[in-house]
Amino acid sequence: MSQIEYADVIPRGAAAVEMRQVTKAFGELVVLNQLDLDVDPGEVVVIIGPSGSGKTTILRVVMTLERIDEGYIKIGERQLYHEEKKGELVRASEKHIRTVRSDISMVFQHFNLFPHMSARENVMLAPIKVKALSQDEADEKAKALLDRVGLGDKLDHRPSELSGGQKQRVAIARSLAMEPRVMLFDEVTSALDPELVGEVLNVLRELAASGDMTMLLVTHEMGFASEMADRVLMFDRGRVLEQGAPDKIFKDPDHERTKSFLKAVLSH
Amino acid sequence: MLDEFLLTPNQYQNLLEGTWVTVQVILGSFALGTLMSLIMGVARLSDRRWVRGWALVYIEFARGISAIILLFIMFFAIPILFGLGGMSPMLAGILALGLNMGAYGAEVVRGAIQAVPRGQTEASIALNLTDGQRLRHVVLPQAIPIILPPYGNLTIEVLKGTALVALISLTDITRVMLVMRQNRVLSDDPVNVPFLFINGLIIYLILAQIVAQLFKLAERRTAKKFGSV
Amino acid sequence: MPAKWDWEYAWEITPALAEGMVLIVIATLLGMLIAVVLGLFLALGRRSDKRWISYPFAWFIEFVRSTPLLVQLFFLYYALPQIEAIPRSISTFPALTTLVVALGVHYACYCSEAYRAGINSVPKGQWEASTSLNLKATTTWRQVILPQAIPRALPPLGNYFVAMFKDAPQGSAITVAGVLFVARAFQSADFRPVEPVIVAGILFLMVSIPAAMSVRRLERRVAYESD
Repeated sequence: MSQIEYADVIPRGAAAVEMRQVTKAFGELVVLNQLDLDVDPGEVVVIIGPSGSGKTTILRVVMTLERIDEGYIKIGERQLYHEEKKGELVRASEKHIRTVRSDISMVFQHFNLFPHMSARENVMLAPIKVKALSQDEADEKAKALLDRVGLGDKLDHRPSELSGGQKQRVAIARSLAMEPRVMLFDEVTSALDPELVGEVLNVLRELAASGDMTMLLVTHEMGFASEMADRVLMFDRGRVLEQGAPDKIFKDPDHERTKSFLKAVLSH
Repeated sequence: MLDEFLLTPNQYQNLLEGTWVTVQVILGSFALGTLMSLIMGVARLSDRRWVRGWALVYIEFARGISAIILLFIMFFAIPILFGLGGMSPMLAGILALGLNMGAYGAEVVRGAIQAVPRGQTEASIALNLTDGQRLRHVVLPQAIPIILPPYGNLTIEVLKGTALVALISLTDITRVMLVMRQNRVLSDDPVNVPFLFINGLIIYLILAQIVAQLFKLAERRTAKKFGSV
Repeated sequence: MPAKWDWEYAWEITPALAEGMVLIVIATLLGMLIAVVLGLFLALGRRSDKRWISYPFAWFIEFVRSTPLLVQLFFLYYALPQIEAIPRSISTFPALTTLVVALGVHYACYCSEAYRAGINSVPKGQWEASTSLNLKATTTWRQVILPQAIPRALPPLGNYFVAMFKDAPQGSAITVAGVLFVARAFQSADFRPVEPVIVAGILFLMVSIPAAMSVRRLERRVAYESD
């Protein structure tokens, strides 16, 4: 019941994430307005923009934390919110959504670690329950991942015993344990004290440099973006205002709105 | 004065037997009540409207009808309506008190689950856990520290409610006292009524304290699980 | 073989049972009157700075709250008359009065906790402001503290009202002619055990559920206004 097929979802050539005409409204407020967005496999895309522009919502609809009102989203070759029945696209069942969702994972601004479990147990839970790994296999995997993010000595610590930066690194390890193809990062350093930001960015750097992981980040860390992003998106009022290589967007943006936003953000 | 206040050993023996009956009733009611609380508390939060609806009906009904009327319905009406031929007072007591407790406990469970931060649910979705896995491994463990204090109070309320079974002739503490009071005219060992009732009240007080301490112990244990802050 | 459920009989007995309900409501209202007044007194006593006052109050409240109402009811009805120290005029009240007193005292202990919580929730600054304005203690209480404490205590008080209503039928055990007493009378008089308790239950739900919903609405309103 809990095992899901982990077929190679994203063959070469297909977009990792494909969003078409995605619309999402909360009551009267239209947060995503007929959004079109493609992300290639292994691409690192950074989304910037003023708060309230809807950029977090992009991540949330991909992670199925919110459902879209119109349009569609494809992960690799598969529709996330729709199923093909007799050649027609219909609203997908929960079962189908769960299957496609297995390739996506998300790291949150406020970590959302399970407070009643140790770091190791946090990382082990989902692989055991969802991917049916044995206790030992999951344990080995957890150790390896926590080592990779630099927390090999904090395996049995509770989240309450960890600093913000350490908590976020555990959260990243926890997501990696599910072997996603697409990882979403929602302002993952915004809640951290400034001196702890670096350790998290280092982990993200390593991830981005590997070229294997498709990463979508919402962040204010412009330095990181200009260093590691393949593409930067300026998002405003539900739409993509402009996008391009980091150099282009940061040094010579087309739109006034982008210019004034960057000025405000970069001036402190 | 103290030796007037104390009852005879024989009278204490009777009270002790009544206490044992009371303990059986509270244990049975607690077991049934906790089962219903968990099931109905979770059901109140189901995605399916009809599940939520029926849970609400149960909660409103079992709460609104008051334990004593439910007890009488259980003992007198249910056996006839369902052709059961009769019901033991013990069973009627446990069913009535347990179902009544479950209705109150369900709201405690529901409130506690809703108090667990939303981020925990979102992290569980991001890790692709099923709803059942999320409930069992992430949400309920965090809900339990929130459930325990009000649930302890609820258990003490149900303990007090067990006295009602005296009214369907089950020989609990209260019934023993009533019988002893009635028989005192015939007895060669007449009981002093005020002291009898005070002794009985003290027994209930002791039982209530035991329940309170057990819950405090449970609260300390679960606080440990979350680590020191 | 008599039928399991006789609709005609159920209709027949409903008026008498409804009258019994009215008595239950009256008993609850009177009991609540005692509880809210006595409860405030108990709360203030519990808060006293002098330990020889606050401790006995605390013990009394704890004792009454931890023991069954039914036994307290029996105590007042059966045991009090046996105590020679108490004049007969007080110890032999009629059954309804005994019920009202038992409900009132029992729930006064709950209400006192609600008042305590309300009083404690008034910000410390209010006390300090009163001191700096040199207000008398009575003025502070009457004009500053209680007006802020009591609205916050209302929702729990409302809940206790509904709870008392559900406990009131216990009066049937000491012959108070409430809905349950009448039901049991019908049971033995007509040898029909089913209809009386079922109709009693239905009538009871018809009052208790709307009452509970009103209290919940009150709770929401208070929560809304305190933000």
